[in-house]
Amino acid sequence: MLFGIDYEVLWFIVVILLLAGYAVLDGFDFGAGAVHIFLNKEKSRRIALNAIGPVWDGNEVWLVIGGGALFAGFPEAYATLFSAFYIPFMLFLFLIILRAVSIEFRSKEEWPWWRKMWDGVYFTTSTGLAFSLGLVLGNILQGLPLDENFVYQGTTLDFFNPLALLTGVATLAACALHGALYLSMKTEGRLFVKMTLLIKRAQINWLISFGILTGYIIYFHPEIIAPILDHPAWIVLDLAAVAAVLSVPQLIRKKKYSWAFIASGLSILMLIGTVAARLFPAICVSTLTPEGTLTIYNAAASKLALSYMLTVVAIGGPLVLSYTAFVFYTFRGAVELTEESY
Amino acid sequence: MDVEILSRLQFAFTIAFHYIYPPLSIGLGLLMVVFEGMYLRTDNKAYHDLAYFWTKIFAITFGLGVATGIVMEFEFGTNWAVYSRYVGDVFGSALAAEGVFAFALESGFLGLLLFGWNKVSKRVHFIATLGVFLGSMFSAIWIVVANSWQQTPAGFHVVGEGLDARAEIIDFWAMVFNPSSVERILHVWVGAFLAGAMLVISVHVYYLLKRRHVAISQLALKHVIPLALVFALIQPMIGHLSIEVVAEHQPAKLAAIEGHWETGPMNLGIVGWVDTENKKTYDISIPGGVGMLLDFDPNHEYKGLNDFPEDERPGMPNAVFQFYHIMVACGMAMIAVLLAAAWFQWKGKLNVTGFGESRMAKWTGMALVAGVLLPQIANQTGWYAAEMGRQPYVVYGLLKTSDALSEAVVAEQVLFSLIGFTLVYFVLFLLFIYLMNKKIQHGPHDDEDRDHKPMTEEIVKVITNTQNQ
Repeated sequence: MLFGIDYEVLWFIVVILLLAGYAVLDGFDFGAGAVHIFLNKEKSRRIALNAIGPVWDGNEVWLVIGGGALFAGFPEAYATLFSAFYIPFMLFLFLIILRAVSIEFRSKEEWPWWRKMWDGVYFTTSTGLAFSLGLVLGNILQGLPLDENFVYQGTTLDFFNPLALLTGVATLAACALHGALYLSMKTEGRLFVKMTLLIKRAQINWLISFGILTGYIIYFHPEIIAPILDHPAWIVLDLAAVAAVLSVPQLIRKKKYSWAFIASGLSILMLIGTVAARLFPAICVSTLTPEGTLTIYNAAASKLALSYMLTVVAIGGPLVLSYTAFVFYTFRGAVELTEESY
Repeated sequence: MDVEILSRLQFAFTIAFHYIYPPLSIGLGLLMVVFEGMYLRTDNKAYHDLAYFWTKIFAITFGLGVATGIVMEFEFGTNWAVYSRYVGDVFGSALAAEGVFAFALESGFLGLLLFGWNKVSKRVHFIATLGVFLGSMFSAIWIVVANSWQQTPAGFHVVGEGLDARAEIIDFWAMVFNPSSVERILHVWVGAFLAGAMLVISVHVYYLLKRRHVAISQLALKHVIPLALVFALIQPMIGHLSIEVVAEHQPAKLAAIEGHWETGPMNLGIVGWVDTENKKTYDISIPGGVGMLLDFDPNHEYKGLNDFPEDERPGMPNAVFQFYHIMVACGMAMIAVLLAAAWFQWKGKLNVTGFGESRMAKWTGMALVAGVLLPQIANQTGWYAAEMGRQPYVVYGLLKTSDALSEAVVAEQVLFSLIGFTLVYFVLFLLFIYLMNKKIQHGPHDDEDRDHKPMTEEIVKVITNTQNQ
């Protein structure tokens, strides 16, 4: 216990913050990839690629740290979920590697067909990754068929259910908007104007897909909404999420794109927060038996291990945040193409 | 094929492929710090160009290290769920520390290192380089600590039974400083320094042989060859410390390394073949050599493979034997070629004119170019020996590899991912070779315009003479 809060709860917050941080950060560079194909000129595409150039690698580190934090704090959940999601996770890995390959390869030759080909790979993998993040989220949201030993009893095809697919589409739309907003902060002149047009389109897709997803959940999966009503305190969180989500179109309408980017980042953070709050204290609900439900207590590492790790985070966390902020600050403003560029 | 074989194959393949890159990043990181530090001290632009050039190569190895490293972290959970549950409590703390202290440090500063040359001051850039290098060193610490814990577990107790058994941490520092971790970290670090140094040497000697980028290459070699020689000489001593721990804590691994079947004095093999079927070893060896090195007594008795139960000793002793001895041979070859290089450097012959005058110098140069493979082979085979020697356990003495698999995963799934990795990594390796070749052929920044063509004799002489003065 620390300040009257269980170590398990604190670590759950750490894991959620890391994974949500990952979704916000890699979300905008997946999104930048998803709108990449809609930029027509070679120079625009280079600027767009270099807008994420200094940060995309660092963004993916959040996945490594988030995965590590899950492994460390909740080994049972890590082992169960990763082996259950075997095929989707392997596809995710292949995509993330091919995406890195495409970013590196693209700029190395001038041939138009070469650049077009890698642009295609970059677009496809970025889109696939954003979609698959949502796919995993959608499955966690509705629970998995786990037996009493936490062993997954479903098949690979079970992951592609309507709710998960809709969540995937909505996540892709959210990333695309998020990425387009990021690019708008990084561009000037005609490209900036182009980005504002793309933002309008991305915003419409985003509103439609989230509308359908919400409607689907309310109609077919009311049990997902129900627990939130049991914990009135979390209504605050939900309202904050809704406020963040609704502020994005408002800010876009007022052409405050930087603020809209921050708001869309917050909205992703808040949406993941509400999913986590809905699940809490479960990490993943079993659809087969109550004993199969993974909670932060039955999946946790020992108290001693958690206390060590919390110490590590208490010391290291502020350090990481401060130099991450420093890097983003150093590379603020519009992209200039130099010889170090992609 | 069953899940176990496929999962082991996949893990072996992905970890071996991964391990090409991090040692290069660590080794190049050290040399970037050296070059950039020299630049800060002397203000000689050539050091800046060296640091800048090698940073670009570093970017490639680092990027591939991250991409293939994410796979490793996923695989513990996807393929080895029982293992993950068993070690989560122990392994997790090390992994968390790595993530926060090491990996985030590296990746955070990497953007500055690569793209910040003109955005921040020299001093801040140097700090970024240092941060990336130290981050990679810390990374090595935590991941080797975790692996060493699997070899010589300490600081824990086991709770639960059967499938529910878990290792729970009771003493963090006993876990970190388990019996084998310090020696193995040092061994891994120096192996990584050698990987980086031999690459830098290889490339710059290649330039000299091609008469390109002459001045800057001589400057680099002046620093890196002595450094590499020191590393190559201390590596066997660290290795010795490491094998002492193996002798004490993992006697079955030691027996497999030397193909030692009957309990008694142990021979120090040079080359040989372990016949697992007939339980015999054919080798050229120094009788009682292991006893002399480890216990100063050639007649010291070591337990032979025959005296370990069949299911408690490595199943493929010949592979362990071969990999271990290939590692040692590569280490010795590195010492030999670096001694020759240092000799010719001291005599002022490791340069373009020297290559023209002395055939031996030129051959040494060619050996140095090929020498880039020696630390790579040694690093790879050393790990194969260490990991295969640990079998049949995944956590030595506690958890068998065959018991550590994911229950939810079937063979078809692993086959699918194994084929996938083979294809994706093939593309990735092509990318690596392509990018390295491109950067190396392009060469250091400073000579870009005036030095693209091989130099004439006169220019070479002038440069060599000014360098030697």
